[in-house]
Amino acid sequence: MTDVISARGLVKRYGDVTALDGLDLTVPEGTVLGLLGPNGAGKTTAVRVLTTLLTADAGSAHVAGIDVFADPRGVRERIGLSGQYAAVDEYLTGFENLDMIGRLYRLGRRRSRERARELLDRFSLSDAADRPVKTYSGGMRRRLDLAGALVASPSVLFLDEPTTGLDPRSRTDMWEVIRELVSGGTTLLLTTQYLEEADRLADEIVVIDRGRVIAQGTADQLKAEVGGERVEVVVQEAADLARARNVLLAVATGEVVVEDHVRRLTAPVTGGGKVLVEALGRLDAAGIAVLDVGLRRPTLDDVFLTLTGHGAEDTPEEAAA
Amino acid sequence: MTAVVDTLSDGAVVAKRNLIKIKRVPELLVFTTIQPIMFILLFAYVFGSAIDLDGIDYREFLIAGIFAQTVVFGATFTGAGIADDMQKGIIDRFRSLPMSRSSVLIGRTSSDIALNALSITVMSLTGLLVGWRIRESFLEAVAGFALLLLFAYAISWIMAYVGLLVPTPEVVQNASFVLLFPATFIANTFVPTDNFPSVLRTIADWNPVSTLTQATRELFGNTSPALPAPEAWPMQNPVVYTLLWVAGILLVFVPLATWQYKRAAST
Repeated sequence: MTDVISARGLVKRYGDVTALDGLDLTVPEGTVLGLLGPNGAGKTTAVRVLTTLLTADAGSAHVAGIDVFADPRGVRERIGLSGQYAAVDEYLTGFENLDMIGRLYRLGRRRSRERARELLDRFSLSDAADRPVKTYSGGMRRRLDLAGALVASPSVLFLDEPTTGLDPRSRTDMWEVIRELVSGGTTLLLTTQYLEEADRLADEIVVIDRGRVIAQGTADQLKAEVGGERVEVVVQEAADLARARNVLLAVATGEVVVEDHVRRLTAPVTGGGKVLVEALGRLDAAGIAVLDVGLRRPTLDDVFLTLTGHGAEDTPEEAAA
Repeated sequence: MTAVVDTLSDGAVVAKRNLIKIKRVPELLVFTTIQPIMFILLFAYVFGSAIDLDGIDYREFLIAGIFAQTVVFGATFTGAGIADDMQKGIIDRFRSLPMSRSSVLIGRTSSDIALNALSITVMSLTGLLVGWRIRESFLEAVAGFALLLLFAYAISWIMAYVGLLVPTPEVVQNASFVLLFPATFIANTFVPTDNFPSVLRTIADWNPVSTLTQATRELFGNTSPALPAPEAWPMQNPVVYTLLWVAGILLVFVPLATWQYKRAAST
């Protein structure tokens, strides 16, 4: 597989602030890379450099086989970019926005119109097509912005925090749209501070902090780095806690943690669902009433905390998700 | 050659977008038209009541000055529009497209010609109502209007550059007030410069807003033998001198604004 996006040793400084500190990235053709990090980690700077909006102080970058710094225009012809803030014109209608972008990609008058209609249809914006964008909801604006990035059917797409600030429902809609998009073979670099988002959408995740890569791998690999899976059991009666602990010790790979106040036991295990079933069978055989049971794997939040020593800046909404 | 055609066609697409905005924000149009009407009426009747000129009615003298002032201030709209696009990330979208680099600025400055043409039309009609008349030939009058629009176009490029430098449209408004207010007042726009203190008078005689006003007055025939143009070369050759300024401004600010557009990184 060829790398459609590759960056080596990117450095970008603003005065004393180092936004990118030797960033390396590769995105193989047809895959989704999730660039994950908290606010100020350098995600947006990285995207701006790769999409020719900023020049780096050092390093090299290639997109679709073209040197980003030597031939920025060649890169622009092949990419689509949808930014953090929906860059659509609020006084134009949805149709006029996409039509304008088509004209600027030089698709020609007829093709621009067709393409605008196609995309509005695809993003469920047909009903609002002839209304000024001013009247759109946040989710609709983001969808239109994403549609704008797709006008010229680019094979490489950059999405900078596509769901930041959206309500949970619009976020889920957006995920659906993005997933559909990449199933068509588009290479995508996606930045996000939502750990769940990277987990859902990305084939590979690069965690960055202070302009450097601090971890890289699939969601599963990253989770494995901070520890394996655990069986969690909440028993009905506090009196059963001690017996339940002995039962679970038989299936656990390590120490069983007991939290008296919530009547919860947590046992590290290997083997997934099978072990869960076995644990349940044994508890049942011992006559212990179970209120709740589950197999828990570490979340990317755990990953982030372990790697950086500080959590991702969660919005309250995200923390609840 | 194709590059030029592409730049112009991209510019036309951007200009069309700006004109749609004017259509969708009627408030903008209202203020663009009311302000010049207000200026003409205020100056004609407030200043006009106290100012008595030799050989010409003050209102007739005034109109060209108001034209010049209004089209120069019209450039504020260019700068504010650019700053607004920067702030909203629309410039980023444009910059990520394979369009030619100067076409956003060409589109913006061109669509603002339309706004200026509109306000000149409104002012002309208001002027006719308060007693202004064109006393030279049709062709000379057309040349007068063309010179006004051309000069306004050049100033638009200066303000486009300012719009790319500042963080918000409001700053453009303030900056333009500070820059343009003296430029349009230390001039022959509202009163003859004869009685200015000598330093101010020299500045006024070499101020291109003065020569624009003088040129327009001459082309409209709003002059009087009793009120001769000052001796200074620019005032004796106002059309040539104004055109030299237009050329100079465009030669400096078209490349400068385009360069700033390329490097501007909106935050």
